[in-house]
Amino acid sequence: MSETTITVQAVYEALTHVMDPEIPVISVVDMGIIRGVAVSPEGVTVAMTPSFSGCPALDVMRRDIEAAVRALGAARVTVDVELAPGWSTEAISEAGREKLRRFGLAPPPRHTGDPVAVAFFDSAECPRCGSTNTTLRNAFGPTLCRMIWYCNECRDAFEQFKPL
Amino acid sequence: MMQSPTRDALTERLLAMADDELILAHRNSEWTGHGPILEEDIAFTNIALDELGHASIWYGLRCELTGEDADRLIFFRNAGQYRNVQMVELPRGDWAFSMLRQYLFDAAEAVTLANLKVSAHRPLAAAAAKIATEELYHLRHTMLWLQRLGRGTEESHARTQAALDTLWPYARQLFVPLPGDGALVAADILPEAASLRREWEARVRPFLAECNLAIPDEALPRRDIPRTEHTEQLMALLSEMQAVARMDPEATW
Repeated sequence: MSETTITVQAVYEALTHVMDPEIPVISVVDMGIIRGVAVSPEGVTVAMTPSFSGCPALDVMRRDIEAAVRALGAARVTVDVELAPGWSTEAISEAGREKLRRFGLAPPPRHTGDPVAVAFFDSAECPRCGSTNTTLRNAFGPTLCRMIWYCNECRDAFEQFKPL
Repeated sequence: MMQSPTRDALTERLLAMADDELILAHRNSEWTGHGPILEEDIAFTNIALDELGHASIWYGLRCELTGEDADRLIFFRNAGQYRNVQMVELPRGDWAFSMLRQYLFDAAEAVTLANLKVSAHRPLAAAAAKIATEELYHLRHTMLWLQRLGRGTEESHARTQAALDTLWPYARQLFVPLPGDGALVAADILPEAASLRREWEARVRPFLAECNLAIPDEALPRRDIPRTEHTEQLMALLSEMQAVARMDPEATW
């Protein structure tokens, strides 16, 4: 297949199957890190933006994105990394938030530009029982994008996607 | 197209910023598995990884301008070629020392990034905006620790005060301009170091007082230490950090 028969829509469809390796239920599209797709006779270009800058999964996702587009038959695939505007958890889709919840990871609290304020002062909703009777245990977790909470109803810890 | 003297000055400044973050990340990573409690071990390891991520952004911006390879820069330069401040290369010390160093550094970074967001060099402004949000988590974390340590027990206070006595004179090097910085300030690429220092002091002085910590007297005038000068500690750090890469320089990972 040549580049001219690959559509932008087909590229996006392929990208919905590229998962975050650390949260394998959510795709790079749901995560909101795909900034654009361009198809030209010269090849396919995907623009992505990093989520957390130190995230070790970023290189894996970049390679997986390239492989997924190549599998459509594209001979030349470029993945450009764009920093501006910086990614925020507000870019995660509604479907993505629901997938996080079902995975057992509380979705990040909504915010309008000050993630740190909500990170510490809002209460998280336990993804198991739905209770908001919860206490923040650690603003840092097993990966850069997670915080650790404790559910006072379940009497067990849970993780929340860290607002950024 | 950026003019060559400005470009050279910018690549030097980016190297200084990257080296600060890399060396601090490495020192912080030495706490992994040795944190005072498990959750703190996790938190500080995250902070180390964040700083490593920020270092890779600054190295990346430099390498875009110079065509260098970041891994070569990191693993194959000697101590004399590193441009980090001495403060970040000092051994990790006790917990109070590492928390205080992180706070002083993060506060300086917060002030610097806030000013860099409006840099005339757009990739620099974009990177600063990106990094600033992540840094807020660090600052909040170390501030909580310093409040606890400074106003905690007699021992925690004494250790934190001792850390401040050691680190305060080193911290001023964070605001010593590089030889080429003047050109960058003139081109609105970089904020002026003296004004950053004033902003930083306006933040850290009242906060440290709130933690019952006293800024040590600076009785003797000190010279400005250039970033080309290092303590012997950097050599030991680099020999460990670079050992594997240097065993087989042609290896691919």
